[in-house]
Order: sequence, then structure tokens, then C-alpha cells
Amino acid sequence: MISGPYLLLALMEGTVMAAVLALTAVGLSLVFGVMRVVNVAHGEFFMLGAVLAWFVAQAVPGPAWAAFVVALLVAPLIVAALAALADWAVLKRLGYEPEATIVATIGLSYILQQGALSFFGPDARPIEAPFTWRIQFPWFGYSGYKVAVVVAAVVILLAVWLFMNRSRAGLVMRATQIDRDTARAFGINVDRVYALVFAMGAGLAGLAAVLLVPIQQAHYLMGHDPLLLSFIVVIIGGLGSVRGTLIAALVIGLSDGVISFFWSPTLAKILATLFVALVLVFRPQGLFGERA
Amino acid sequence: MRRDLALHLAVIAGLAVLSVLLPPYHHTNTARIMLLAVYAMGYNIAFGYTGLLSLGHALFFGAGMYATGLLMELGDWPAAVALPMGLLAGGAAAVAVGLLALRTAGVSFMIVTLMFAQAGYLLVMYFTAYTRGEEGFNLARAARAIGPLDLSSDGTRYAVALVLFAVALLGQLALVRSRFGRVMVAMRENEERSRMLGYDPFRVKLIALGVSGLYSGAAGAAYGVMFGYVGASFVATQFSILPLLWVLLGGAGTTLGPLLGAVLMFYLIDIASGYTTAHLAVIGVALLVLVLFAPRGLLGVVRERLVRWLP
Repeated sequence: MISGPYLLLALMEGTVMAAVLALTAVGLSLVFGVMRVVNVAHGEFFMLGAVLAWFVAQAVPGPAWAAFVVALLVAPLIVAALAALADWAVLKRLGYEPEATIVATIGLSYILQQGALSFFGPDARPIEAPFTWRIQFPWFGYSGYKVAVVVAAVVILLAVWLFMNRSRAGLVMRATQIDRDTARAFGINVDRVYALVFAMGAGLAGLAAVLLVPIQQAHYLMGHDPLLLSFIVVIIGGLGSVRGTLIAALVIGLSDGVISFFWSPTLAKILATLFVALVLVFRPQGLFGERA
Repeated sequence: MRRDLALHLAVIAGLAVLSVLLPPYHHTNTARIMLLAVYAMGYNIAFGYTGLLSLGHALFFGAGMYATGLLMELGDWPAAVALPMGLLAGGAAAVAVGLLALRTAGVSFMIVTLMFAQAGYLLVMYFTAYTRGEEGFNLARAARAIGPLDLSSDGTRYAVALVLFAVALLGQLALVRSRFGRVMVAMRENEERSRMLGYDPFRVKLIALGVSGLYSGAAGAAYGVMFGYVGASFVATQFSILPLLWVLLGGAGTTLGPLLGAVLMFYLIDIASGYTTAHLAVIGVALLVLVLFAPRGLLGVVRERLVRWLP
């Protein structure tokens, strides 16, 4: 049943999934790492990115690639701005208390979902891919755009890594992550760092979604799976560990791709959810976490 | 008679009187709300009294509903035998989840319960051949009876729901007034100190979660049989969030809060849907407002400011 070309195809689909997943999950991981906030609305920020991309692409005249490029730049920025607003209006007022923020972000996710349903409607809508060339294998042709998505994800992740490890803003974020009070004592505006991190996390989810829309249509309920999978990835990778998140995204993306391809997507998700629950119970630091 | 017992009996008597007064539409709604309130009380025992913030209670409600529903639909069991199985299924699911999830606390506990409930939902989807997935299945009218009691007729349904509600409410009162109930609250307030006093937190929390599961399973089983429908929406994440919302609204850690929260939220959504279809936003805004401005809920504030003896 599992023959070479099929396995290759499944692995390639899995890689595309893993790339999008890695972007989304890194956003979630960043927010958890720096702010200790579990953002249940992360999936809805993802969905919002896709939905806004559709609106932007509709509004921009001209060729498909131009509309897509504008959407890729504008949609994640709007998502990030909304997230910063949510941080200021809600999370800050809760003092980032873990359990209260989870309940609040659940509330936020319902509001965002309803917003998308009311303004975007219940239908799934596509965006045209910026280009359509195909890579021809001996057995099948493969969408060049999907390969471009993987490349783009790698580039963005590298940029995030450079930002966090080589820029001043990244240094300030890491300082806040390690010790919020000391950071404040050194004159770091912790409120602004939190708003920025929350915006960045949501923006990354939005960006991942825009990349995905030409492959998978925009829909108001599309945030559910990315949220679940990002949770799985972030937990297995170790909460707050970006390197672990990336490894886990690759493992989960590929295995999800292969299991979904040959068996059933539902079975893949059942196994993944049970696995993640067990990881949290027996190895709370994650499989790749460094803290004991 | 103690005044708190009197208050609870008065609430039950009030609901019995309403059965005669209410017009048909609200009559059916109230029967629904009483069953949902049983579910909310179950949630309250875990969250309100023991401090276990679960995001996966739909799994226990669903376990009760599907155990009873599938036994009746596929096994042709009579409702009288299938209903207690639903209760047990809810309790068993809660204990099974608790054995693993209670090794964690706080945020991890929330995510672990969420994940287990999600796996339960996906299982229902995976076995679509038996459960008919999202669409669900209806229970035959003829099967929905306990002996001579026809649970599909309005009057009987209301009466049976009221009996279940009354047992649950008085049971909850007895539980929180008991010695064990005070140990549950001690776990919520300061787990380390209670451990030092010689209580076993794991055991206490597991029992509380098990009781909570029994309540949820009973509510799920009864809801399925009385309204004749078993569907996946009752295992979905939203159905885990709703009892949290009801309990937060009514007042976590108050015996009557779950009922009050369920009534208010039910009618808030019902009335709002007359003006707008945006019922998701109503839930979302309610959660935000509660968590931001009234984390103690209505009866929590009443207890704090006015009636200090409120259980």
C-alpha cells in the first residue's frame, strides 16, 4: 500500500504542513515563553490572517501576484495591531494571571470567530496563488507554490531567530522572559514588550495563514486545527523553547501528513492529542525541553 | 430546619410551581435548563469548590449521553437500565482522565483536559458508522420511557428533570457542608497547607472530579433520553466552555450559582438571537466581561456584600 511515489508525495505535503505549522507554533511559543500566557485565540488570529488576506486581495486591482504580495504585507500587520489592542484592553488588565488569561482568550476567540462569520460569511473562499508553475516529477507534477511556501517559512523563521538573538529589541524581549521584575528595574518598558510580543506572535500566525490561503481556502472555522496542532507542537517541543518547537513542528507536520495520507486525518489527530496529553503529564518540560 | 436547606427547598418548590404556570415554550426551556444546571453543578464541584479549572467536561457529559444513547440505539436496552450506565460512564471517564490529568496543575491541567476532551470528540467523529458523527442520531420515541413514565411527554419530562435536579442540588449542598466538602475547599485555597495537615490532595481531587463526572454523566444521559437526540456538538469544545461560563456567571463555589448562571445565559442567548445571529459573540463578550469585572459571579458578590451565610 505504501509505495515510493506515494510516500514521496505524502512527505512533501507533510513538509508544507510542517512549514506553515512551524510559523504558527513559533508565534504561540514566543507568547508563552516571554509572557507565560497560553493564547487560546491564536487559532483565530491565524484565521483572521487568511480572511483579511481575502479582503485585501479583493480590494487590490491588477495581477494575482500583486494582490497576493499586498495581502502578505498588510494582513499580518492588521492582525498584529488587533492583538496589541487585545493585549492592552484585556490581558494587561488581568495582570497576565495564567488561568484568567486563558478564559479571556477563549472569550476573545469566540468574538473573533463571530466577527469573521458576520463580515466574511460562512463560505470558504480561495485566493489565487501568485504563480502557477509546476515541478514535474517522473510520477506526478507538484505545485511550485507549495515549494515556495516552504522556502518562505524557512526565511521568515531565520529572520525571527536573528531578531530574537541579534537585535536589541530581541535582547530586551529575552531579558523580560528571564526576569520580568529585574528587566523593569533596568528601565525596560515591560508593558510595551508584552504588547509587542503578543502582536508578533499573532502576526506570525497571520503570516502563516496568508501563505496557506492559496492552498487551502479561507474559512471562519479554519483556526481550529492550527490551534490544536500548534498546542501539540509547542507542548511536545517544550513550552517556550523555540528550537524544540521547530523540531516538533517538523515531526508532527510530517507524521500528520503521512498518517492522514495513508490512514485517516481523524486518526492522526486522535493519536496526536492523546500523545500531547501524555507528554504534559509525564514530561511537562516537553520532549526537547531543557529545564528539568 | 437550617436556613440554607430551607432556601434550597424553596428553589425546588418554586420550580415545581413554575411547571404549572409556564407557557409551553418556557416550560420546555426550563426542563432543559434544569438538566444543564445539573451539568453546571458537576462543573462547580470540580471548579468552584475544588479549584480544578477543567476545559474538558464535555467529555464527561458526552460519555453519559453516548453511553446511554448507544446502548439504547444499538443494544436495544430499556431506558431504565441505560440511564444509570450513562451516569457511571461519566464518573468513569472523569476518574480515568483524573488519574492522569491530576498529576498536573494549573495551566497544564487545563490543556490536558482540553486535549482529552478533544480526543473524545474526534473518537465520536472517527466512529461515524455508529455515532453518525456531526449529524448525530435520534432516539425512538417508544424507547424513551421508564416503565409507565413517558419521558417524551412535556409534563413527565419536566417532573423527572425536576427530581434529578432536586437530588443533584441537595446532594451538592450535603457534599459542600460535609467534612469532605471543607477539605475540597482547603485544596482550592491552599494545597500545600492541606497536604501538611495530612490530607492527600491527589485522592481528594480525584474523588471530587469523579463526583463531578457522575453529575455530568447523569445530565448528559438524561438530556439525550429526554430530548431524544444524541449528537457530537455535545462533546465539542464549546460544550466544555459553557459550564465554565454558567458557573462564572452565577458564582463559582456557590450552590445556587450554577442554576442561576445557566438560566441567565440560556435566556441571554435566546433573547439575543431574536435580534442578531451572533450568539458566539454573546458567549465571548460574557466571558470577557466576567473575567475582567466580576470574577466572583453574581452570587459570589451577593455572598460577599449581603447574605454571608449563602452556601
